[in-house]
Amino acid sequence: MKVKILRPIIAAMSGIAIGLIIVTFAGENPWNVFRILVKSAFGTKYDLGMTLFYSTPLVFTGLSVAVAFRAGLFNIGAEGQLTMGALAAAAVGIIFPELGSPWAPMLGVRAAFSAGACWGAIPGWLKARRGAHEVINTIMLNFVAAGISSWVVLYLLKNTESQNPETMPIGHWYFVRHLEFFGDAPVSTALFLAIIVSLLVSFFLWRTVLGFEISAVGCNEKAARVAGIDPGKIQLLAMALAGGLAGLVGVSEVLGNAGKFRIGFSPDFGFMGIAVALLGRNNPTGVVIAALLFGALHKGTSDLDLETEYVTRDLSMVLQSLVIISVAADGLWDQLGTAIKRKFRRDFASVD
Amino acid sequence: MILLQLIESTIRVSTPLLLAAVGGIVCERSGVINIALEGKMLIGAFAAAAVSHLIGSPWIGVGAAIIFGAITAAFYALIVIEFKADQIVAGTAVNMLAVGLTPFVSKIMFDSTGSTPALPLSSRFQVAPVIISWLVVIMVWAWMKYIPTGRWVRFAGEHPEALEASGISVRAVRWWSVIAGGCFAGLAGSTLSIFLASSFSRNMTAGRGFIALAAVIFGKWHPLYAAAACLFFGFAEALQIRLQGVTLWDGVSVPVQFIQIMPYVATVFVLAGFIGRARPPRSLGLPFKKG
Repeated sequence: MKVKILRPIIAAMSGIAIGLIIVTFAGENPWNVFRILVKSAFGTKYDLGMTLFYSTPLVFTGLSVAVAFRAGLFNIGAEGQLTMGALAAAAVGIIFPELGSPWAPMLGVRAAFSAGACWGAIPGWLKARRGAHEVINTIMLNFVAAGISSWVVLYLLKNTESQNPETMPIGHWYFVRHLEFFGDAPVSTALFLAIIVSLLVSFFLWRTVLGFEISAVGCNEKAARVAGIDPGKIQLLAMALAGGLAGLVGVSEVLGNAGKFRIGFSPDFGFMGIAVALLGRNNPTGVVIAALLFGALHKGTSDLDLETEYVTRDLSMVLQSLVIISVAADGLWDQLGTAIKRKFRRDFASVD
Repeated sequence: MILLQLIESTIRVSTPLLLAAVGGIVCERSGVINIALEGKMLIGAFAAAAVSHLIGSPWIGVGAAIIFGAITAAFYALIVIEFKADQIVAGTAVNMLAVGLTPFVSKIMFDSTGSTPALPLSSRFQVAPVIISWLVVIMVWAWMKYIPTGRWVRFAGEHPEALEASGISVRAVRWWSVIAGGCFAGLAGSTLSIFLASSFSRNMTAGRGFIALAAVIFGKWHPLYAAAACLFFGFAEALQIRLQGVTLWDGVSVPVQFIQIMPYVATVFVLAGFIGRARPPRSLGLPFKKG
């Protein structure tokens, strides 16, 4: 148990350390860059707010990847699912602008979840009933979602008053409450939604029959079938749930921040979700912690453009990929582990 | 006249797809998933543009693209073959690394994260890449079909135990296949930056690595079929470029987004078995354990 928690922490730290060593090629002092990262991520209330703002969608996409993974499926499609979720949230906000206070945000949340769930259910169904590999399908559907959303934005819901490719604004009542504590940072109650959802997912996975069936199918499909579980049904359900969770990004972006759908609003939140789930060991609590770390990395690197001469915010992607690789390279840690153990044993042997 | 232009444009834009698809096939037939095609292409594109600019010869630029494609692939092989990292996770990570690393290096070398300096016509290619790409397709097809080393690649992906039993190291075959795939992917990237365009620009692959991957599946992991798929997808891209901003009637322009997503939708249909069946190599994605 101890090793299980320790390993991702060590791996994440070594990934960041390697990334910081790389900045010496740009003539920067790694320690200095690290200080800028920390200061920029947590320095003021505003900075902390921005970190939390970036962490919120990462909780959703991280949970999305984690739930699918519990069922033995790889959801590379969180990017497309969150696009569809955000688009749906914006669409209901534009189509029914007059809706009143408690109902409007609820409709928005439901639209975001359902649209994401539908988009996730497609590869789920294709996997369950046609045996098509979900990895390729989810990747392909990301591009399809991007195409469809750009068509909807440019032809159906276009904001004619704006130069940017974005939809018209949503109705006033749809906005979820902004948290004043963080000043101008666009943190909203979507943050609380993310935490509540992560608790719900925890409960669902470990305390309900369906959650148990998902894990059973993920662990051993044949055994699950023998136990009377329909793996196809579970795979479809897990992918739909994963899609819905990713779709909730629409809540933090459209209802909590922009008030409209903007093409390209997501800096690859969907792919970052893979890193978050991996680092969080597919455990909802771990996902929340990992989302905080990646949110902080994303915010921290955003100030590098100004604070250093040659290091830019692109370092964020480099750091994230190195963390993923360090966490994923299980064999490396196993080899290191056995090497250390052997060395210890030899040392003890020589003492004897 | 328009048709002729469309055909010419199709052949031009299919070039990077063809080379990348061949890279994907060599890698995947050996049993290693190649989600990282996109990242390898991006690094190849940057290396080609940067070196061509510094040295002034496109051929040396291509050489650099191949070498850096191979280095990226070797890094990927190290993670997935030696450290047994999940191939999909590692591939995604390599893609992200390429997206972050190319502007990072570009900033240091040229003080710009956006793009590398524009190349004069003399440091660019006119037709050579088209010919090279078709030669590569035919050579790789013949190699995998008739030459023993090419058959090893297929066996490493279909039946690694049998290959190992006949005294050939699956590990070595997979290493070389991944690296060869990286060379082709790097080459594919170079055609983007010094043949189709005149410089490297941020994230310029724009999903072409995934289209090439789609072509691999569409072509059932067969070089010639995949080449045909590349032409089809290339045609979709050419058509989409041609129809951009064209108005039909009453100022309604053609929704090019639907042509754009065609290759992806087609791939989903093929994978689902609605149009024929695409069967991946049997051991694709499974790390080989010496028994």
